[in-house]
Amino acid sequence: MNTISLDASHDADFVRQVEAESGQNLSLCYQCGNCTAGCPYTSFYDIPVSQIMRLVQAGQRDTVLSCKSLWLCATCESCTTRCPNNIDVARIMDVLRHMARRAGHAPEPAIKAFWDSFLDSVKKHGRVFEMGVVAGYMLKTGRVLTDADLAKDMLPKGKLSFRPHPIVGRQSVIEIFKRYHEERKS
Amino acid sequence: MSATYAYYPGCSGLGTSAEYDRSTRAICKALGVGLVDIPDWSCCGSTPAHTVDHVLSCALSARNIAQAETLDVAGIVTPCPSCLTNLKTASHRMRDDAFKGKVESLLGHPVENRLPVMSVLQLLAEAIGPDRVAGKVVRPLTGLRLAPYYGCIMNRPPEVMEFDDCENPVAMDRLMAALGAEVAPFALKVECCGASFGVARRDVVMKLSGKLLDAAEDVGAHAMVTACPLCQMNLDLRQGQINAANNARHDMPVFYYTQLIGKALGLGDESLMLDKLVVSPARVFHTMEEAQRAAFQRAESQGASVA
Ligand code: SF4
Ligand code: SF4
Repeated sequence: MNTISLDASHDADFVRQVEAESGQNLSLCYQCGNCTAGCPYTSFYDIPVSQIMRLVQAGQRDTVLSCKSLWLCATCESCTTRCPNNIDVARIMDVLRHMARRAGHAPEPAIKAFWDSFLDSVKKHGRVFEMGVVAGYMLKTGRVLTDADLAKDMLPKGKLSFRPHPIVGRQSVIEIFKRYHEERKS
Repeated sequence: MSATYAYYPGCSGLGTSAEYDRSTRAICKALGVGLVDIPDWSCCGSTPAHTVDHVLSCALSARNIAQAETLDVAGIVTPCPSCLTNLKTASHRMRDDAFKGKVESLLGHPVENRLPVMSVLQLLAEAIGPDRVAGKVVRPLTGLRLAPYYGCIMNRPPEVMEFDDCENPVAMDRLMAALGAEVAPFALKVECCGASFGVARRDVVMKLSGKLLDAAEDVGAHAMVTACPLCQMNLDLRQGQINAANNARHDMPVFYYTQLIGKALGLGDESLMLDKLVVSPARVFHTMEEAQRAAFQRAESQGASVA
């Protein structure tokens, strides 16, 4: 891990903001490492989850918000379940992801594109249209042949539906997203 | 006597996990559990929603909770652990009035938040129970050795999910044992399969799901049994990719637990849609039937020698 000059880069606002948005007391973490030990994604992370906890305590906003781990966390809840101090670590990871998104970070662009295209589909139809999600993802990433090898298994099984399943109350879902975006702007 | 529940099928039930939805409905009917679809239900936003914002995510679920409140039901049930997590998290967090207020303001109307939410698995394990299921079995699964795989979020975190054991859940084990199947001691019951990263980061799923298949094979399982559409898809549909990536040769069927209950209850193919599984279960069913025949013949010859 890099050496950090704590005085120069400590951002107290960041610490307060993470605590407020997650409802968790960060100072309870005493670096036992249980969360990292149980995290199935550690081998894919650039910073292990317990080190993220430490960096948040130390107010290292930029290092934390620009890391890849935030996007690779699957919210599997292993860390939350095993933390001896009952810290909801997965919720903190989620909150850091929200903040990273707002700050414009996207070090795993393919993952962000997949999630965004999923939500676009929810917004548009009220229910997720799986084929549409994949099509939207291809448009966003330019990765055209993703999983083409699966199509040969899925098509004969009738596992893909070619039509969305819009709901009657589609408008009410659109309204939820609209109000959300308005609140975010104000 | 059984109460009726509001049923939330989840979007994958309309496509990639049609067989889970169909078999869930069929076994509930056979076991006398009443399900009424939540009228005009919408998507809960799954993982992508809560990675963006918690109030937004809860509002998407709260719309469905409010729709369910228009029905005369004892609770809300869903087969899908991802939908379950979102519904339960919304319901849990809305116990806080300030948070509930924010959710309602995105939703545009109030929600009572009075109905309990649970998985279909919890409903079957608790309200019906393995004993009553055992009483309905007409075609026992004797000789079939299963690795029960719950996935990471069906039982975690325990404060929110409030069901079974968060490290070693047993609800599905007990239901499978009630069908006559043999349950292997499967250590990775709650390990993550790679979730929805199959599209954007396939390498993650290859490694994590590959580990699950290895472990199931190591304990001598004939098949895996799951309760999650995403886990099932990663393990079954992607098994060929996993074999290619990891230089492995798995040929492991991955059932929904509802399909196996249905089979033991004697329900027909139309309800179980076993033909939707990518890795065909024909071979393991054949092994199971052979074992049953052999056991029957042993018993017969012993009976004959006693008589
Ligand atoms: S398990 Fe809890 S206390 Fe231990 S390092 Fe992780 S967050 Fe800190
Ligand atoms: S929730 Fe995220 S950080 Fe926690 S153990 Fe799972 S993948 Fe790791």
